Amino acid sequence: MPQFDPAFFAPQLFWLAVTFITLYVLMAKVALPKIGAVLDERQRKIDDNLDKAAQLKAEAEAAVAAYEKALAESRSHAHSVIKEAGERLAKQAEERTRDLNAKLAEQIKAGETRIAAAKDAALTNVREVALEVAGATVARLVGGTADQAKLDAAVASALKEHGQ
Amino acid sequence: MANPIEQFKIKPIIPLEIGGVDVSFTNSAVMMVISVVLITAFLTLSVRSRALVPGRWQSMAEVFYEFIASMLRDNVGSAGRKYFPFIFSLFMFVMFGNVLGMIPGAFTYTSHVIVTFGMAIVVFIGVTIIGFARHGTHFLRMFFPEGAPILTAVILVPIELISYFSRPFSLAVRLFANMTVGHIILKVLGGFVVTLGGFYVLPGIVPFAFLGAVTVLEFGIALLQAYVFTILSCIYLHDAIHMH
Repeated sequence: MPQFDPAFFAPQLFWLAVTFITLYVLMAKVALPKIGAVLDERQRKIDDNLDKAAQLKAEAEAAVAAYEKALAESRSHAHSVIKEAGERLAKQAEERTRDLNAKLAEQIKAGETRIAAAKDAALTNVREVALEVAGATVARLVGGTADQAKLDAAVASALKEHGQ
Repeated sequence: MANPIEQFKIKPIIPLEIGGVDVSFTNSAVMMVISVVLITAFLTLSVRSRALVPGRWQSMAEVFYEFIASMLRDNVGSAGRKYFPFIFSLFMFVMFGNVLGMIPGAFTYTSHVIVTFGMAIVVFIGVTIIGFARHGTHFLRMFFPEGAPILTAVILVPIELISYFSRPFSLAVRLFANMTVGHIILKVLGGFVVTLGGFYVLPGIVPFAFLGAVTVLEFGIALLQAYVFTILSCIYLHDAIHMH
Protein backbone atom coordinates (compact mmCIF):
# COMPACT_ATOMS: atom_id res chain seq x y z
CA MET A 1 0.00 0.00 0.00
CA PRO A 2 1.34 3.42 -0.94
CA GLN A 3 0.04 4.73 2.41
CA PHE A 4 2.80 2.92 4.30
CA ASP A 5 5.66 3.93 2.03
CA PRO A 6 7.86 6.26 4.13
CA ALA A 7 9.16 7.90 0.95
CA PHE A 8 5.87 9.81 0.66
CA PHE A 9 5.69 10.87 4.31
CA ALA A 10 7.84 13.96 4.06
CA PRO A 11 6.21 15.62 1.01
CA GLN A 12 2.69 14.96 2.34
CA LEU A 13 3.47 16.26 5.81
CA PHE A 14 5.15 19.33 4.31
CA TRP A 15 2.20 20.19 2.09
CA LEU A 16 -0.25 19.32 4.85
CA ALA A 17 1.51 21.85 7.07
CA VAL A 18 1.60 24.49 4.32
CA THR A 19 -2.03 24.11 3.27
CA PHE A 20 -3.42 23.67 6.75
CA ILE A 21 -1.60 26.69 8.16
CA THR A 22 -2.77 28.71 5.15
CA LEU A 23 -6.33 27.51 5.73
CA TYR A 24 -6.11 28.32 9.44
CA VAL A 25 -4.89 31.84 8.77
CA LEU A 26 -7.54 32.42 6.08
CA MET A 27 -10.28 31.12 8.37
CA ALA A 28 -9.11 32.97 11.48
CA LYS A 29 -8.40 36.29 9.77
CA VAL A 30 -10.85 36.46 6.87
CA ALA A 31 -13.69 33.98 6.59
CA LEU A 32 -14.82 33.41 10.17
CA PRO A 33 -14.81 37.09 11.24
CA LYS A 34 -16.92 37.84 8.16
CA ILE A 35 -19.51 35.17 8.89
CA GLY A 36 -19.44 36.04 12.58
CA ALA A 37 -20.08 39.70 11.77
CA VAL A 38 -23.04 38.80 9.57
CA LEU A 39 -24.52 36.59 12.30
CA ASP A 40 -23.88 39.19 15.00
CA GLU A 41 -25.48 41.89 12.91
CA ARG A 42 -28.55 39.76 12.30
CA GLN A 43 -28.79 38.96 16.01
CA ARG A 44 -28.45 42.65 16.84
CA LYS A 45 -31.14 43.58 14.35
CA ILE A 46 -33.48 40.92 15.72
CA ASP A 47 -32.85 42.12 19.28
CA ASP A 48 -33.41 45.72 18.18
CA ASN A 49 -36.69 44.84 16.55
CA LEU A 50 -37.78 42.85 19.57
CA ASP A 51 -36.93 45.82 21.79
CA LYS A 52 -38.88 48.12 19.52
CA ALA A 53 -41.83 45.75 19.51
CA ALA A 54 -41.76 45.57 23.30
CA GLN A 55 -41.62 49.35 23.50
CA LEU A 56 -44.55 49.75 21.11
CA LYS A 57 -46.50 47.18 23.07
CA ALA A 58 -45.83 49.07 26.29
CA GLU A 59 -46.98 52.28 24.62
CA ALA A 60 -50.15 50.63 23.36
CA GLU A 61 -50.84 49.27 26.81
CA ALA A 62 -50.31 52.70 28.35
CA ALA A 63 -52.73 54.19 25.81
CA VAL A 64 -55.31 51.52 26.63
CA ALA A 65 -54.85 52.18 30.34
CA ALA A 66 -55.24 55.94 29.81
CA TYR A 67 -58.35 55.40 27.72
CA GLU A 68 -59.84 53.13 30.34
CA LYS A 69 -59.02 55.59 33.08
CA ALA A 70 -60.63 58.42 31.11
CA LEU A 71 -63.66 56.24 30.51
CA ALA A 72 -63.95 55.37 34.19
CA GLU A 73 -63.53 59.01 35.14
CA SER A 74 -66.18 60.27 32.76
CA ARG A 75 -68.46 57.47 33.86
CA SER A 76 -68.12 58.41 37.49
CA HIS A 77 -68.50 62.07 36.58
CA ALA A 78 -71.70 61.34 34.70
CA HIS A 79 -72.86 59.31 37.63
CA SER A 80 -72.30 62.14 40.04
CA VAL A 81 -73.98 64.63 37.71
CA ILE A 82 -77.02 62.39 37.44
CA LYS A 83 -77.08 61.88 41.16
CA GLU A 84 -76.77 65.60 41.83
CA ALA A 85 -79.53 66.45 39.37
CA GLY A 86 -81.72 63.75 40.89
CA GLU A 87 -81.13 65.11 44.34
CA ARG A 88 -81.82 68.67 43.28
CA LEU A 89 -85.04 67.70 41.54
CA ALA A 90 -86.15 65.65 44.52
CA LYS A 91 -85.47 68.56 46.79
CA GLN A 92 -87.39 70.94 44.52
CA ALA A 93 -90.29 68.57 44.30
CA GLU A 94 -90.35 68.19 48.04
CA GLU A 95 -90.26 71.94 48.52
CA ARG A 96 -93.03 72.50 46.11
CA THR A 97 -95.12 69.79 47.72
CA ARG A 98 -94.51 71.37 51.11
CA ASP A 99 -95.47 74.82 49.81
CA LEU A 100 -98.55 73.45 48.19
CA ASN A 101 -99.48 71.57 51.34
CA ALA A 102 -99.03 74.70 53.40
CA LYS A 103 -101.12 76.75 51.01
CA LEU A 104 -103.83 74.16 50.92
CA ALA A 105 -103.82 73.90 54.69
CA GLU A 106 -104.16 77.65 54.89
CA GLN A 107 -107.05 77.65 52.45
CA ILE A 108 -108.71 74.81 54.30
CA LYS A 109 -108.30 76.68 57.54
CA ALA A 110 -109.76 79.87 56.00
CA GLY A 111 -112.62 77.88 54.57
CA GLU A 112 -113.27 76.31 57.92
CA THR A 113 -113.23 79.70 59.60
CA ARG A 114 -115.65 80.98 57.03
CA ILE A 115 -117.92 77.99 57.49
CA ALA A 116 -117.78 78.41 61.24
CA ALA A 117 -118.69 82.09 60.92
CA ALA A 118 -121.54 81.26 58.57
CA LYS A 119 -122.74 78.61 60.97
CA ASP A 120 -122.61 80.97 63.91
CA ALA A 121 -124.48 83.56 61.97
CA ALA A 122 -127.01 80.97 60.92
CA LEU A 123 -127.41 79.75 64.45
CA THR A 124 -127.88 83.26 65.75
CA ASN A 125 -130.56 83.75 63.13
CA VAL A 126 -132.17 80.45 64.13
CA ARG A 127 -132.29 81.61 67.79
CA GLU A 128 -133.82 84.89 66.90
CA VAL A 129 -136.34 83.24 64.60
CA ALA A 130 -137.04 80.65 67.28
CA LEU A 131 -137.53 83.37 69.86
CA GLU A 132 -139.83 85.28 67.58
CA VAL A 133 -141.77 82.18 66.63
CA ALA A 134 -141.99 81.11 70.24
CA GLY A 135 -143.10 84.65 71.28
CA ALA A 136 -145.71 84.74 68.51
CA THR A 137 -146.92 81.23 69.34
CA VAL A 138 -147.22 81.98 73.04
CA ALA A 139 -149.04 85.25 72.23
CA ARG A 140 -151.41 83.48 69.92
CA LEU A 141 -152.11 80.55 72.22
CA VAL A 142 -152.02 82.17 75.60
CA GLY A 143 -152.63 85.76 74.64
CA GLY A 144 -150.54 88.61 75.90
CA THR A 145 -146.82 88.63 75.84
CA ALA A 146 -144.74 85.88 77.20
CA ASP A 147 -142.07 86.34 79.76
CA GLN A 148 -138.97 87.23 77.71
CA ALA A 149 -136.53 85.60 80.11
CA LYS A 150 -138.39 82.26 80.21
CA LEU A 151 -138.53 82.21 76.42
CA ASP A 152 -134.81 82.77 76.17
CA ALA A 153 -134.06 79.92 78.50
CA ALA A 154 -136.46 77.57 76.74
CA VAL A 155 -135.01 78.30 73.28
CA ALA A 156 -131.46 77.97 74.60
CA SER A 157 -132.22 74.58 76.15
CA ALA A 158 -133.99 73.43 72.98
CA LEU A 159 -131.03 74.44 70.89
CA LYS A 160 -128.69 72.76 73.31
CA GLU A 161 -130.76 69.60 73.06
CA HIS A 162 -130.18 69.64 69.26
CA GLY A 163 -126.51 69.85 69.64
CA GLN A 164 -125.93 73.56 69.35
CA MET B 1 -9.63 -5.46 -13.19
CA ALA B 2 -7.91 -2.28 -12.08
CA ASN B 3 -5.76 -2.57 -9.02
CA PRO B 4 -7.85 -1.12 -6.13
CA ILE B 5 -4.65 0.13 -4.45
CA GLU B 6 -3.67 2.11 -7.54
CA GLN B 7 -5.86 5.08 -6.53
CA PHE B 8 -3.80 5.75 -3.39
CA LYS B 9 -0.56 6.14 -5.29
CA ILE B 10 1.31 9.37 -4.81
CA LYS B 11 2.45 10.96 -8.05
CA PRO B 12 4.95 13.79 -7.84
CA ILE B 13 4.03 16.65 -10.12
CA ILE B 14 6.73 19.19 -9.32
CA PRO B 15 9.79 17.58 -7.75
CA LEU B 16 11.09 19.74 -4.92
CA GLU B 17 13.74 19.31 -2.30
CA ILE B 18 14.49 21.47 0.73
CA GLY B 19 17.60 20.72 2.76
CA GLY B 20 17.86 17.21 1.40
CA VAL B 21 14.25 16.43 2.27
CA ASP B 22 11.85 15.52 -0.51
CA VAL B 23 8.91 18.00 -0.47
CA SER B 24 7.64 17.38 -4.00
CA PHE B 25 4.33 18.89 -5.00
CA THR B 26 2.25 15.75 -5.52
CA ASN B 27 -1.30 14.84 -6.50
CA SER B 28 -2.03 14.77 -2.76
CA ALA B 29 -0.79 18.34 -2.38
CA VAL B 30 -2.93 19.38 -5.38
CA MET B 31 -6.07 18.20 -3.60
CA MET B 32 -5.03 19.92 -0.40
CA VAL B 33 -4.56 23.19 -2.26
CA ILE B 34 -7.89 22.73 -4.07
CA SER B 35 -9.58 22.11 -0.72
CA VAL B 36 -8.14 25.27 0.81
CA VAL B 37 -9.09 27.33 -2.24
CA LEU B 38 -12.63 25.93 -2.37
CA ILE B 39 -13.22 26.31 1.36
CA THR B 40 -11.99 29.89 1.35
CA ALA B 41 -13.91 30.79 -1.80
CA PHE B 42 -17.08 29.20 -0.49
CA LEU B 43 -16.94 30.90 2.89
CA THR B 44 -15.92 34.35 1.70
CA LEU B 45 -17.95 34.66 -1.50
CA SER B 46 -21.12 33.33 0.10
CA VAL B 47 -21.25 36.05 2.75
CA ARG B 48 -20.05 38.80 0.44
CA SER B 49 -23.51 40.37 0.21
CA ARG B 50 -23.90 40.23 4.03
CA ALA B 51 -27.60 39.66 3.49
CA LEU B 52 -29.89 39.94 6.48
CA VAL B 53 -32.00 37.17 5.03
CA PRO B 54 -29.39 34.73 3.74
CA GLY B 55 -29.49 33.12 0.31
CA ARG B 56 -28.64 29.49 -0.37
CA TRP B 57 -24.87 29.79 -0.27
CA GLN B 58 -24.82 32.13 2.68
CA SER B 59 -27.16 29.82 4.58
CA MET B 60 -24.79 26.93 4.01
CA ALA B 61 -21.79 28.91 5.22
CA GLU B 62 -23.76 29.99 8.28
CA VAL B 63 -24.87 26.42 8.94
CA PHE B 64 -21.25 25.23 9.01
CA TYR B 65 -20.25 28.11 11.24
CA GLU B 66 -23.10 27.56 13.68
CA PHE B 67 -22.62 23.79 13.60
CA ILE B 68 -18.97 23.92 14.63
CA ALA B 69 -19.55 26.80 17.04
CA SER B 70 -22.29 24.92 18.86
CA MET B 71 -20.26 21.70 18.84
CA LEU B 72 -17.40 23.56 20.51
CA ARG B 73 -19.74 25.33 22.94
CA ASP B 74 -21.50 22.10 23.95
CA ASN B 75 -18.35 20.02 24.33
CA VAL B 76 -15.77 22.49 25.59
CA GLY B 77 -17.73 25.48 26.87
CA SER B 78 -16.85 29.14 26.61
CA ALA B 79 -13.15 28.44 27.28
CA GLY B 80 -12.99 26.74 23.87
CA ARG B 81 -13.89 29.94 21.99
CA LYS B 82 -10.19 30.64 21.33
CA TYR B 83 -9.76 27.37 19.48
CA PHE B 84 -12.77 27.86 17.21
CA PRO B 85 -10.75 28.79 14.09
CA PHE B 86 -8.57 25.72 14.53
CA ILE B 87 -11.45 23.29 15.10
CA PHE B 88 -13.37 24.87 12.21
CA SER B 89 -10.37 24.59 9.86
CA LEU B 90 -9.87 21.00 10.94
CA PHE B 91 -13.47 20.08 10.20
CA MET B 92 -13.57 21.82 6.83
CA PHE B 93 -10.19 20.41 5.78
CA VAL B 94 -11.15 16.84 6.65
CA MET B 95 -14.66 17.15 5.22
CA PHE B 96 -13.50 18.64 1.92
CA GLY B 97 -10.75 16.00 1.71
CA ASN B 98 -13.31 13.24 2.20
CA VAL B 99 -15.99 14.66 -0.10
CA LEU B 100 -13.68 15.80 -2.90
CA GLY B 101 -12.19 12.30 -2.79
CA MET B 102 -15.59 10.98 -3.88
CA ILE B 103 -15.16 12.62 -7.28
CA PRO B 104 -14.15 9.80 -9.63
CA GLY B 105 -10.45 9.97 -10.36
CA ALA B 106 -9.77 12.45 -7.57
CA PHE B 107 -7.17 11.74 -4.95
CA THR B 108 -8.29 11.41 -1.31
CA TYR B 109 -5.63 12.84 0.99
CA THR B 110 -7.52 11.71 4.10
CA SER B 111 -6.96 8.12 2.97
CA HIS B 112 -3.28 8.54 3.75
CA VAL B 113 -2.41 7.64 7.31
CA ILE B 114 0.46 10.11 7.46
CA VAL B 115 -1.92 12.99 6.69
CA THR B 116 -4.52 11.94 9.27
CA PHE B 117 -1.73 11.21 11.76
CA GLY B 118 -0.22 14.63 11.09
CA MET B 119 -3.51 16.29 12.05
CA ALA B 120 -4.09 13.94 14.98
CA ILE B 121 -0.64 14.54 16.44
CA VAL B 122 -1.11 18.31 16.19
CA VAL B 123 -4.39 17.95 18.11
CA PHE B 124 -2.72 15.63 20.63
CA ILE B 125 0.34 17.81 21.27
CA GLY B 126 -1.73 20.99 21.28
CA VAL B 127 -4.20 19.56 23.78
CA THR B 128 -1.39 18.32 26.03
CA ILE B 129 0.29 21.73 25.98
CA ILE B 130 -3.04 23.43 26.78
CA GLY B 131 -3.55 20.99 29.66
CA PHE B 132 -0.16 21.67 31.23
CA ALA B 133 -0.44 25.39 30.61
CA ARG B 134 -3.81 25.60 32.39
CA HIS B 135 -3.24 23.14 35.22
CA GLY B 136 0.55 22.81 35.57
CA THR B 137 1.65 19.54 37.13
CA HIS B 138 -1.91 19.06 38.36
CA PHE B 139 -2.66 17.95 34.78
CA LEU B 140 -0.92 14.65 35.68
CA ARG B 141 -4.03 13.95 37.78
CA MET B 142 -5.54 12.93 34.42
CA PHE B 143 -3.68 9.64 34.86
CA PHE B 144 -4.62 9.03 38.48
CA PRO B 145 -7.96 10.47 39.62
CA GLU B 146 -8.26 12.07 43.04
CA GLY B 147 -9.71 9.87 45.76
CA ALA B 148 -8.70 6.55 44.22
CA PRO B 149 -6.90 4.18 46.62
CA ILE B 150 -3.13 4.52 46.19
CA LEU B 151 -2.75 0.79 45.57
CA THR B 152 -4.88 0.98 42.43
CA ALA B 153 -2.25 3.28 40.91
CA VAL B 154 -0.36 0.22 39.76
CA ILE B 155 -3.23 -0.63 37.43
CA LEU B 156 -4.87 2.75 36.84
CA VAL B 157 -1.84 4.78 35.82
CA PRO B 158 -0.68 2.44 33.03
CA ILE B 159 -4.23 2.13 31.72
CA GLU B 160 -4.77 5.88 31.71
CA LEU B 161 -1.37 6.45 30.11
CA ILE B 162 -2.03 3.93 27.39
CA SER B 163 -5.48 5.31 26.69
CA TYR B 164 -4.11 8.86 26.61
CA PHE B 165 -1.22 8.09 24.28
CA SER B 166 -3.31 5.94 21.99
CA ARG B 167 -5.56 8.92 21.25
CA PRO B 168 -3.63 10.26 18.23
CA PHE B 169 -3.35 6.78 16.78
CA SER B 170 -7.03 5.94 17.15
CA LEU B 171 -7.95 9.37 15.78
CA ALA B 172 -5.64 8.97 12.78
CA VAL B 173 -6.37 5.32 12.05
CA ARG B 174 -10.16 5.73 12.30
CA LEU B 175 -10.27 8.34 9.55
CA PHE B 176 -7.58 6.75 7.37
CA ALA B 177 -9.09 3.25 7.59
CA ASN B 178 -12.62 4.44 6.85
CA MET B 179 -11.52 6.37 3.79
CA THR B 180 -9.16 3.70 2.48
CA VAL B 181 -11.60 0.81 2.91
CA GLY B 182 -14.48 2.79 1.43
CA HIS B 183 -12.49 3.65 -1.67
CA ILE B 184 -11.23 0.08 -2.07
CA ILE B 185 -14.81 -1.23 -1.88
CA LEU B 186 -15.95 1.32 -4.48
CA LYS B 187 -13.09 0.36 -6.78
CA VAL B 188 -13.70 -3.38 -6.40
CA LEU B 189 -17.43 -2.99 -7.01
CA GLY B 190 -16.69 -0.79 -10.01
CA GLY B 191 -14.43 -3.54 -11.32
CA PHE B 192 -17.24 -6.07 -10.94
CA VAL B 193 -19.63 -3.86 -12.88
CA VAL B 194 -17.19 -3.59 -15.77
CA THR B 195 -16.13 -7.26 -15.84
CA LEU B 196 -19.58 -8.80 -15.35
CA GLY B 197 -21.35 -6.20 -17.50
CA GLY B 198 -18.82 -7.01 -20.22
CA PHE B 199 -20.25 -10.51 -20.55
CA TYR B 200 -23.93 -9.78 -20.17
CA VAL B 201 -25.87 -6.70 -19.20
CA LEU B 202 -27.97 -8.43 -16.52
CA PRO B 203 -25.20 -9.70 -14.20
CA GLY B 204 -23.64 -6.26 -14.37
CA ILE B 205 -26.76 -4.66 -12.93
CA VAL B 206 -26.43 -6.35 -9.55
CA PRO B 207 -22.96 -4.98 -8.69
CA PHE B 208 -24.03 -1.66 -10.22
CA ALA B 209 -26.95 -1.41 -7.80
CA PHE B 210 -24.58 -2.25 -4.98
CA LEU B 211 -22.15 0.37 -6.20
CA GLY B 212 -24.90 2.99 -6.18
CA ALA B 213 -25.91 2.12 -2.62
CA VAL B 214 -22.31 2.03 -1.38
CA THR B 215 -21.60 5.38 -3.04
CA VAL B 216 -24.45 6.94 -1.07
CA LEU B 217 -23.12 5.26 2.07
CA GLU B 218 -19.62 6.57 1.35
CA PHE B 219 -20.89 10.14 1.08
CA GLY B 220 -22.49 9.65 4.50
CA ILE B 221 -19.23 8.25 5.87
CA ALA B 222 -17.27 11.14 4.36
CA LEU B 223 -19.38 13.62 6.35
CA LEU B 224 -19.66 11.43 9.44
CA GLN B 225 -15.92 10.83 9.73
CA ALA B 226 -15.20 14.54 9.45
CA TYR B 227 -17.71 15.05 12.26
CA VAL B 228 -16.19 12.26 14.38
CA PHE B 229 -12.65 13.57 13.91
CA THR B 230 -13.75 17.06 14.95
CA ILE B 231 -15.91 16.08 17.90
CA LEU B 232 -13.19 13.82 19.32
CA SER B 233 -10.77 16.72 19.06
CA CYS B 234 -13.34 18.81 20.96
CA ILE B 235 -13.64 16.14 23.65
CA TYR B 236 -9.84 15.95 24.06
CA LEU B 237 -9.81 19.72 24.30
CA HIS B 238 -12.50 19.55 26.97
CA ASP B 239 -10.42 17.07 28.96
CA ALA B 240 -7.41 19.35 28.79
CA ILE B 241 -9.35 22.44 29.85
CA HIS B 242 -11.68 20.99 32.48
CA MET B 243 -9.83 17.72 33.30
CA HIS B 244 -12.25 14.82 33.87
